[in-house]
Amino acid sequence: MTEKSNFEPTIIGFTCNWCSYRAADLAGIARIQYPANIRLVRLMCSGRLDPTFVLKAFAEGADGVMITGCHPGECHYLEQNYKALRRYLLLRRTLVAMGIEAERLHLAWASAAEGIQLAREITEMVERVRVLGPLNWHLNGDQVQITHDATAELEVVA
Amino acid sequence: MKPKFAMYWASSCGGCEIAVLNTHEKILDVDANFDVAFWPVAMDAKYKDVEAMEDKSILLTLFNGGIRNDENEEIANLLRQKSQILVAFGSCATEGCIPGMANFSPSHEIVETAFHTLSTENPNSIYPQTSYKMPEGTIYIPTINSRVKTLVDVVPVDYFMPGCPPESHQISAVLDLVIAVVKGEAELPPKGAVIGVGNSTVCDECDRERDVKKIREFTRAHLVGALDPNLCLLEQGIPCNGSATRSGCDARCPTAGAQCIGCYGPAPGVIDYGARLISSFASVVDSNDPDEIERILDGIPDPAGQFYRFSLAGSLLKGAREAV
Repeated sequence: MTEKSNFEPTIIGFTCNWCSYRAADLAGIARIQYPANIRLVRLMCSGRLDPTFVLKAFAEGADGVMITGCHPGECHYLEQNYKALRRYLLLRRTLVAMGIEAERLHLAWASAAEGIQLAREITEMVERVRVLGPLNWHLNGDQVQITHDATAELEVVA
Repeated sequence: MKPKFAMYWASSCGGCEIAVLNTHEKILDVDANFDVAFWPVAMDAKYKDVEAMEDKSILLTLFNGGIRNDENEEIANLLRQKSQILVAFGSCATEGCIPGMANFSPSHEIVETAFHTLSTENPNSIYPQTSYKMPEGTIYIPTINSRVKTLVDVVPVDYFMPGCPPESHQISAVLDLVIAVVKGEAELPPKGAVIGVGNSTVCDECDRERDVKKIREFTRAHLVGALDPNLCLLEQGIPCNGSATRSGCDARCPTAGAQCIGCYGPAPGVIDYGARLISSFASVVDSNDPDEIERILDGIPDPAGQFYRFSLAGSLLKGAREAV
């Protein structure tokens, strides 16, 4: 058996409090199965997603990252999901330039009623990343550390 | 006896030394208050002289340059051992800078480019060997690392001073502070502080007028007939990095009509410089239609180069996949 067939990808999933998180909740209540490979993180909105979160996930060992939010036009905060869309598109271009396959970053819309659809998206994402194999970023480079302690900064020159 | 001062260049261009000399008569204050113990650019010195010094006998070491090879790393360790205050001086030492962009390629490709491209006359394909047997014994040259590291990647660093190079007035202010500390008139900032900088972004120092940013097209300054001299460059579609870059340079580039390229490194609170810029640029793209957004983003042909020109080696990912 090859290493690849044993490979269980780790996916970090960012969800919106108002839609996709509730879709995942609905999937749970309705006993719809989706792979345990995804670790969901709840944000108040997909617009809260700082690209730093995605880079940190990849740098610390995630094999894929999934961003989810409300359907276009249905954002709880008017149009922050469009910002998430634009950040996703620019971030994906940057990641591809860094040698990370575009399929490792995925954006999906899911309303609070779409538990089945979200479960399907997650399943498909896991299978796509499984085919790509491990990313292993943290094994190749040194451990990630934040070098500048923002709290210890001091202004020497005004 | 005067306290000792050292300055070292690892993987860098020498611009940081020029910036120190550019402090003009302030350099006389350095001479008046310090004994220059080790400064390879300015005076003859041997590594064995530094090795012979007592530990912590150098008060202040300004270390510029990234860690490209094992010699850089060895001297970084040596100077850490001999110095009381070790400052990562300049963009290379703090975040890799231009030499850090080598982290987009694996090191064997870099060697290949240097010794075996069309522009290189090397008919016998001679490559440098890291050791060579001479009648007198074996001699060595440094071995290239797989990727450029920052100073703090290899040794503990007391202070960080960004800039490519740091502005001379900022260097003067830092030297003044250290001299005042020596005289007992001031206290050092807390360990790990970023020194010789402002505490905001380049935009905050820039005099250009800012309004609502809505970008329909990214372009480049030389493609635009005439830039508005008073309007924010980003609002004119020029990808100016000021919004994520730390202040301290007096916004020299945007004031002169050239976009900020980010040499002062990440603004306070920014963990990954590129991520902040991705967020910032994407937010001002004026479209909600995926195809239209893609068309507008085509105006940034090299996003990784745009966002990590100075900060790649110090970023979260540290480099491209082939190199890390």
